[in-house]
Amino acid sequence: MKKLLIALITLIPSLAFAAGPTVPLDEAKVDLHDKASLQRGAQLYMNYCLGCHSLEYARYNRMFNDLEIPEELGQKHLQFTGNKAGDLITINMSPDAAGNWFGNPPPDLTNVARVRGEDWIYTYLRSFYKDDSRPFGVNNTVFPNVGMPHVLEELQGLPEKTYEERRIDGEMKEVYVGIKTDGSGRLTESEYDQAMLDLTAFLVYMGEPMLLEQRRTGWFVFGFLLVFTILAWLLKKEFWRDLK
Amino acid sequence: MANKFVQWMDERIPMTKTWNIHLAQYPAPKNFNMWYIFGVLAMLVLVNQILTGIWLTMNYVPSAEGAFASVEYIMRDVEYGWLLRYMHSTGASAFFVVVYLHMFRGMMYGSYQKPRELLWLFGMFIFLVLMAEAFMGYLLPWGQMSYWGAQVIISLFGAIPVIGDDLTLWIRGDYVISGATLNRFFALHVIALPLVLVILVFLHIIALHEVGSNNPDGVAIKKPKGSVPDEEKPKFKFHERFTKKYDIVDAIPFYPYYIVKDLIGIGIFLFFFCYVIFFNPEMGGFFLEPPNFEPANPLKTPEHIAPVWYFTPFYAILRAVPDKLLGVILMFAAIVLLALLPWIDRGKVRSVRYRSVLHKLNLVNFVISFVVLGYLGTQPATPVATLFAQIFTFLYFAFFVFLFFYSRREKTKPVPERVTS
Repeated sequence: MKKLLIALITLIPSLAFAAGPTVPLDEAKVDLHDKASLQRGAQLYMNYCLGCHSLEYARYNRMFNDLEIPEELGQKHLQFTGNKAGDLITINMSPDAAGNWFGNPPPDLTNVARVRGEDWIYTYLRSFYKDDSRPFGVNNTVFPNVGMPHVLEELQGLPEKTYEERRIDGEMKEVYVGIKTDGSGRLTESEYDQAMLDLTAFLVYMGEPMLLEQRRTGWFVFGFLLVFTILAWLLKKEFWRDLK
Repeated sequence: MANKFVQWMDERIPMTKTWNIHLAQYPAPKNFNMWYIFGVLAMLVLVNQILTGIWLTMNYVPSAEGAFASVEYIMRDVEYGWLLRYMHSTGASAFFVVVYLHMFRGMMYGSYQKPRELLWLFGMFIFLVLMAEAFMGYLLPWGQMSYWGAQVIISLFGAIPVIGDDLTLWIRGDYVISGATLNRFFALHVIALPLVLVILVFLHIIALHEVGSNNPDGVAIKKPKGSVPDEEKPKFKFHERFTKKYDIVDAIPFYPYYIVKDLIGIGIFLFFFCYVIFFNPEMGGFFLEPPNFEPANPLKTPEHIAPVWYFTPFYAILRAVPDKLLGVILMFAAIVLLALLPWIDRGKVRSVRYRSVLHKLNLVNFVISFVVLGYLGTQPATPVATLFAQIFTFLYFAFFVFLFFYSRREKTKPVPERVTS
């Protein structure tokens, strides 16, 4: 089987890099009822991400409705592509050109929360660090050698990996303790974390826009099933009385 | 008015007669336990799959360019499209849950033994067609796992000597999985296989009603004509088709008694089913795998390709064998041996209740092997995992070998004349 897989992998040239999480992920406490958070997330996405990453399976007006944004305001402040509110959230960058610039065309992110999970996104967005060996001068601890620049640098500043001297087994060693920003961004550390939580929440919403309706419907269905099962049980008892 | 209509119909088609033979006057053993719900549930899920499938087809686009986007369109833009899709995807897994439990019921109570061999074989054919149906259906969303799962499974046929490569080419209709493969899988998934499935289910039920249902005691409820005194006969009228040659004991009509009882089982089943649909449609990545939310990309191989959970026991057997051809043979043998159970088990006692401790242990061994193999099939094949897969593959096959030898002179307990309780 292994041989088979290796054969498959080598037969077909693979352009992608393995991207398994190598660092522990931080928990993203996403609340889909918090419309303000989702709205801020949408604003961040449309301003910082949509240049390269489409949401091509979703429509603007559906998002406006779900996030309780008046369509007129939404179109004015959040819709930078397409004219109609019913348009899909696409981008204009050609995948071929993008492939040349970044190595891989930036993926569509409509379902990214379902593929990667919310904790991954939340941690990834907060894990860029300065690395002069990379084409854009940054790397990411969650997604090593990612082809993406740190587009949120103006918000976060440029973080660097920090190390501490610690005594381990009687020897002083440099230990990696995390990422620390240089403070050149517009947001403080906690503000940046909150902004990234908003952005993560928006992407979770994007992956499953029906989620709240789905849960609500589920409780009604459970209520119905409870009544149905009780009636069925009573009906059975009534019929089976003959058998005694 | 209603009577006249029934009479008019009955003069032209055996409507009342069919109703009586198969429901109202069908003698079902009175001692069915909860294990007997899974046949009905399998029918329920089949109907669910057909109905939701029809509605999904209305918006699905069977092409490599349009398939993935059309599924997202169903999820986002079609009214209650998410519900249809989740009912269908959850139904696929639920189908295997209930069918596996249904098969295990048959194994526990010896329902495959004479005279129910053909009934069991029809069931095994249903299982085979169901696997093909599920496999082809899984390609249709055209996600990463759809694509790479199909790539791996179809390449298995390449292990067959001489014709292997041509065979895989013939199945795919292309040198790799492509739009051509998607289109033919769509055709097979929505019409050819469901048609075969429905016909096989029909035959399964006809065969069942010809020989009669088994029960947890494995004791026949058909006694020689005239051997049962009148006061011991049930007070119900059964169709003469059943009473002409035999005296029926310990039976109740399927309708209304088991119909109303099954309604409770259906209600309980739907609690679990709806929990998945509304609260956990991915079921932790077992029912819907996360990489499948990414569109198929022939240039990007996922790190870990695993089939959906219901195939993993057989997949683990395949991977446990170092030689590819031998692995494929063993994988198919694992299913063929199940089909041959009526001839492998040479025992005369049906129910596990009256069989030897050895048999009970062997059955437990089978269940553990199947479940552990299923788990291992979902995991990456590390050396330790492969070793375990080899051990449990051995135990899986050992079940059949042991059974063949001990069943002939098995020390069984005395079997009661009539069903208990």
